[in-house]
Amino acid sequence: MANKIKNYVTSLFLWELLKGLRLTGKYLFKRKITVQYPEEKTPQSHRFRGLHALRRYPNGEERCIACKLCEAVCPAVAITIESEARDDGSRRTTKYDIDLTKCIFCGFCEESCPVDSIVETRIFEYHGEKRSDLLMTKPRLLEIGDMVEKQLAEDRAKDALYR
Amino acid sequence: MLEIIYQFISQNVLLPITTLLLPVDYQAQALTVLQTVVKILSILVPVLLTVAYFTYFERKVIGFIQGRIGPNRVGFFGFSLWGLGQPIADAVKLIVKEIIVPTGSNRALFIMAPILSLAPSLAAWAVIPFDDTKVLANINAGLLYVLALTSLAVYGVIIAGWASNSKYAFLGAMRSAAQIVAYEIAMGFALVGVLVAAGSLNLGDIVNSQSGSVIHWFWIPLFPLFVIYFISGLAETNRAPFDVAEGESEIVAGFHVEYGGMAFSVFFMAEYANMILIAVLSALMFCGGWLSPFQGIPGLEDLFSWVPPMFWLLAKTSFFMFLFLWFRATFPRYRYDQIMRLGWKVFIPITIVWLVVVSALVVTNTPPWFN
Repeated sequence: MANKIKNYVTSLFLWELLKGLRLTGKYLFKRKITVQYPEEKTPQSHRFRGLHALRRYPNGEERCIACKLCEAVCPAVAITIESEARDDGSRRTTKYDIDLTKCIFCGFCEESCPVDSIVETRIFEYHGEKRSDLLMTKPRLLEIGDMVEKQLAEDRAKDALYR
Repeated sequence: MLEIIYQFISQNVLLPITTLLLPVDYQAQALTVLQTVVKILSILVPVLLTVAYFTYFERKVIGFIQGRIGPNRVGFFGFSLWGLGQPIADAVKLIVKEIIVPTGSNRALFIMAPILSLAPSLAAWAVIPFDDTKVLANINAGLLYVLALTSLAVYGVIIAGWASNSKYAFLGAMRSAAQIVAYEIAMGFALVGVLVAAGSLNLGDIVNSQSGSVIHWFWIPLFPLFVIYFISGLAETNRAPFDVAEGESEIVAGFHVEYGGMAFSVFFMAEYANMILIAVLSALMFCGGWLSPFQGIPGLEDLFSWVPPMFWLLAKTSFFMFLFLWFRATFPRYRYDQIMRLGWKVFIPITIVWLVVVSALVVTNTPPWFN
């Protein structure tokens, strides 16, 4: 009974509502946490999964050995690989395509790669003006790899501790 | 300041126009008409600008409460100026957009509905006194006029919902009609309380009967009516937490789903103009209108005597306008049956009880308000 009266009085005097207003009133003056994107950027993890790249060894030889593990593991079936024996007898890819419109950026290709060839870089600000811009081919992937090799090597060294 | 500008326009623009263009017999009448038009514009233009920037401040305030910054990019001449260009950009975008009239709709009513909802909320400004002398139409039944015009806004909503020939719009219109009717009564009773306390329906007289000091204002003797008036005002303007008429989560946007471009933005303007109107009326009827809050305090009264009375009205209005935004950022939407319960079973009984109390206070000449 006493409880009922108490409830009645508190709801009549809008007590709960005033408490809510006090809370939001406090937040009005709190520090704002918005990141002003093009000028400011949030910190990135070294495990960030962005645009793909194919890496090379320091001597310039491409790492990929056409084992097709990434093609097999890819849940979105975004990777297509064709391979042939090269003149020196080693097996190399003749075609390494990633369809970025299919890719879900899960990182399984990177995990499955025995030679750390296919990797995902930290690049995330890219766009395509035509559909074909988002169909990555082997030369383009290698080019991206060459561009950010330093960063890729650093990130992989950092992560090696946890593997 | 405003009088000087008005006199200047009246003498140097309107007088030459009438004397040069019209025969002598009609000059006096034509001058009066033109002067009234200038007065109307001097009210409507600031109101519409306030509407535009009210939307900006709404986004800013709600953003701030949610830990965000709100619009801060659009500015003028390459300067972002905290996003002050945003309302202008929005207006331009909405004006340029095509107005689509659905095939199944009633074309005439569909076009008429936005006008019907905006016109009353602008017309009500005619009787709002900005200070002792600045009022467009100093009519005796000002309060009644305001009540009548604010209730008229519901027709715009109902007609919009019906003419759209869409089930969501129709549901929204039905909800809003029932809601506005329910809260109209509580609001009317709150206004009756003001009428009893002030002994006049003229808004200027109502403000003048509150003069003395802050404690002479009607917000103390009429406190429950003040709270109920403001909450009913929220319901009347279909604002959060009473915005079931829009109900984005269940009926898309309610009565104005089928509207786009300028037709939509006229509804939007009507909603915001109504909010500003409710804020002004709360300030006039319960918080002493243009009276200075320092009135009756020996030292401070003289210290602030240079402030134009209009400033106090605008400051009080701004506070109530801020409350609208604060409430929207704080409260979740009421369930429909809760809205009905609050209107019929809580507000109306409380207002009736408090009317008796106010009447008793008035009859017994209770100081400091009614002696």
